[in-house]
Amino acid sequence: MLSFIARRGLLALLILFLAVSLLFAMIHMMPGDPASVILGPKASPALKAELSQRMGLDQPLLVQLGRFYGDLASGDLGVDVFSNREVSEIVFEQFPYTLALVMLAIGGATLLGIPLGCFAAIKRNSLLDRITAVMSVAVIAIPSFVVALYLLLWLAVKWRWFPAMGAGEEGNIADQLRHLVLPAIALGLGWVGYIARLVRASMLEVMEENHIRTARAFGLPERTVILHYALRIAILPTVTILGLGIGSMLSGALFAEIVFSRPGIGKLLHEAVVTRNYPVVMGSVLVTTTFFVLCTLVSDIVNAALDPRLRKSGRSS
Amino acid sequence: MATPVLDIRDLSVDYQTDRGVLHALRHINLQIEAGRIVGIVGESGCGKSTLISTIIRLLAPNATIAAGAVHFKGRNLLDLDPDGMRALRGNEISMVFQDPMTSLNPVLSIGRQMTDIQYRDASSKAEKRARAIRLLERVGLPDPAEQLRRYPHHLSGGMRQRVAIAMALMTQPALLIADEPTTALDATLEVQIIERLKQLQRDFGCAILFISHHLGVIAELCDEVVVMYAGELVESGSTRDVFLSPRHPYTRKLLECDPARIQKASRNLPVIAGKLPDLVDLPRGCVFRERCDLAVDVCTREQPRLDNGDHRAACHVSGR
Amino acid sequence: MSSRSGFFAEIFAGLKKDPLGMTGLVIVVVLLLASIFAAQLAPHDPLEVDVYNRLQSPTWQHWLGTDQLGRDVLSRVLFGGRVALKVALVAISISLSVGLLLGMLAGFGPAWLDRLLVICFDTLRSFPTIMFALAIVALTGPSLNTVIGVIIITSIPVYARIVRTQTQALRDEDFILAERAMGASTARILGHHILPNIAAPLLILASMDVPAVVGMEAGLSFLGLGVSPPTPSWGSILNDGYSYLRNSPWPILAGGLPLILVTLGFTFFGESLRDILDPKLRKKGGSS
Repeated sequence: MLSFIARRGLLALLILFLAVSLLFAMIHMMPGDPASVILGPKASPALKAELSQRMGLDQPLLVQLGRFYGDLASGDLGVDVFSNREVSEIVFEQFPYTLALVMLAIGGATLLGIPLGCFAAIKRNSLLDRITAVMSVAVIAIPSFVVALYLLLWLAVKWRWFPAMGAGEEGNIADQLRHLVLPAIALGLGWVGYIARLVRASMLEVMEENHIRTARAFGLPERTVILHYALRIAILPTVTILGLGIGSMLSGALFAEIVFSRPGIGKLLHEAVVTRNYPVVMGSVLVTTTFFVLCTLVSDIVNAALDPRLRKSGRSS
Repeated sequence: MATPVLDIRDLSVDYQTDRGVLHALRHINLQIEAGRIVGIVGESGCGKSTLISTIIRLLAPNATIAAGAVHFKGRNLLDLDPDGMRALRGNEISMVFQDPMTSLNPVLSIGRQMTDIQYRDASSKAEKRARAIRLLERVGLPDPAEQLRRYPHHLSGGMRQRVAIAMALMTQPALLIADEPTTALDATLEVQIIERLKQLQRDFGCAILFISHHLGVIAELCDEVVVMYAGELVESGSTRDVFLSPRHPYTRKLLECDPARIQKASRNLPVIAGKLPDLVDLPRGCVFRERCDLAVDVCTREQPRLDNGDHRAACHVSGR
Repeated sequence: MSSRSGFFAEIFAGLKKDPLGMTGLVIVVVLLLASIFAAQLAPHDPLEVDVYNRLQSPTWQHWLGTDQLGRDVLSRVLFGGRVALKVALVAISISLSVGLLLGMLAGFGPAWLDRLLVICFDTLRSFPTIMFALAIVALTGPSLNTVIGVIIITSIPVYARIVRTQTQALRDEDFILAERAMGASTARILGHHILPNIAAPLLILASMDVPAVVGMEAGLSFLGLGVSPPTPSWGSILNDGYSYLRNSPWPILAGGLPLILVTLGFTFFGESLRDILDPKLRKKGGSS
């Protein structure tokens, strides 16, 4: 198990390294001098000169790359062009909001989706099964920001069941949760159906397998057979998907934050793009990408923990 | 005379398929006395699997029991409610399945699976583990305590099958059903496992219903044997009687074709000409008629039934 | 090998049995026609401003109401379909072809190439898509072509992976080995033998990808980073509507509707397609 973790960890590090280098390359591939690109056309010549000197932009590329990594390693993501604050400070201030949103959305989707899929598999072709099938197919691919807009329109503005903006009062958990409900639904709705379908398909397959017949032949109670023997295996694909899903959720969270005017990395990034605040743009993308890579790594490890067969070789799928 | 452990009377099972009703089992009569080993011989498609599934009542949803009774220790299993049946499974009736590669749960350790099936027992986890270890020793697995920690994919086919047998014998069942347990193993392993099984049966005293198409193994292990063909029971008796003086033409052909019996070296393996009848659209008369070279007129009109005595055959032309 | 007409006839026959899939196909066709013939169907000029009639609810003159500049929402939605169509066609065809090529190379070529390509794919996929898109747009400035470019870059790895997996599975099949033994060139094997076997799952994937692609363009336009005003795109209609949400809900309702329809249509159709073609895939490919 440890060797597996080590192997996967190294691979993740490599990918992250390449991704970061790609970002670095993008800055330098743009026409014009890097200082303008990084600081944007609005920056004054004095600021550009200072940046050039500080970042050693007149130095050979490799040296710059080295310094880039050096800075990253020490947690220095640069400085905000406008407010002059440390980018890392700004980003990590906003990140928890996004994290809370994504966690709630995934948690809710999983809590609803897994039992739904399980029931649909056990009571195959029943009414519940058919409804779930059609609804999930329909809802899965609708862009989450459209869902967010409709929710905002009806439930927040028209009927006023939930607040339309913001994250809620500081320190007031209940209020903050109220503010989280609609964005979380917008994010997680498609996933409920997706997870349900995945679990259903997986369960149907697993229930047909010989070892389930063995478990039944030994008189194990149906509940044990389904929950501990079948679902345990059927859940595996879901774990992988969830790890990858966080990435798409981060994108969806961006829209949810903008539609519901919530603080978070998405909102931060969007504003930074619009105002050409490049250090913040790069910093946000870096942090979210790192988070995403970490999530995929964790999901692979959890997967291997649940399914001992995966620990054997270093096969990448 | 004591009540047989298993007493199947006139059992008929159908499957509902797209093409129509498939008559998988017809008028099966089978008795197993306590402590006896009974073998079932027959080629693929003869209904062995359906028979076993019916006994433990784990049939496919499209199966219907058209007629008959399955008495276990005097009670008709077909009348039992699901909970009653479940109480017997893995308790008084145990099974060993054919394919060791897929019959154990891949994500749970051997120990976990062996303690789970003891769920009815109120003893502590440590006691359950200890019992599992003792049984693994009895089936001849080296280092049993270590095996409990491992997962099925760490074990070879032969070892997995031993685990399966250990699991089946854990509760000292009255009846052990073994569905071709050695078919997937190579010959040397097969011999070892059969020897072990014989020993265990002597020690535990359970009745065994042993399915196989390997005649040599049946001859070695079983006291009695029944021959099945296309859903019917065509011959039954002691292993000695049936194998040495087969009465049914199918049994005779089967024995002739057994590779172990080939006297002369030849290029061609002997086969039984023809193929299995369509179980949806059964021919009138004897089900083996088309492949039988002794068939006469009555064979096309009347279906033969098992006659009486210790060595029975369902055939119009078999003498005594 | 079944003939071309046989292939489509099969699909059609399968669809007739599946009402959901048929519905999907109908929706897709209607959307396509509406977009292509937008100029003929639109009752007004989508760019025509009429400030006195701004933010109206639906009337006989304006079936879906008007936006904040008095422009007819229905006409804008119809023309917005053209943007969606263009994006879908260009983005999917390019990412499909490039992904196909790279995937086949990775699946069929030497191991080092495979590993290299896979690492490239994984690197590209390690960015959350929209964030990546935003980063690029930040550097190059907003434009529809940038959006299409970003969609292509992020879609290629997805197609390439699927092609790679399928190619690898086929590579070891007997009939491929036989071809190689007879001296067939790599190009021939890839083009003549592997490609037809991959075509079906790729088709399905592309069909299911349309909602995602269209959704991405709409999303980026919603953020103001896609089409430039006053060009109508479903996303920009939603953006305008969002700013005036409390005055009139109609631009949002109208802008979201085609996106929902695109999703339903292509997803139902794609699912149905998969059900129809899948059992045949199993027969062709042997044991899976």
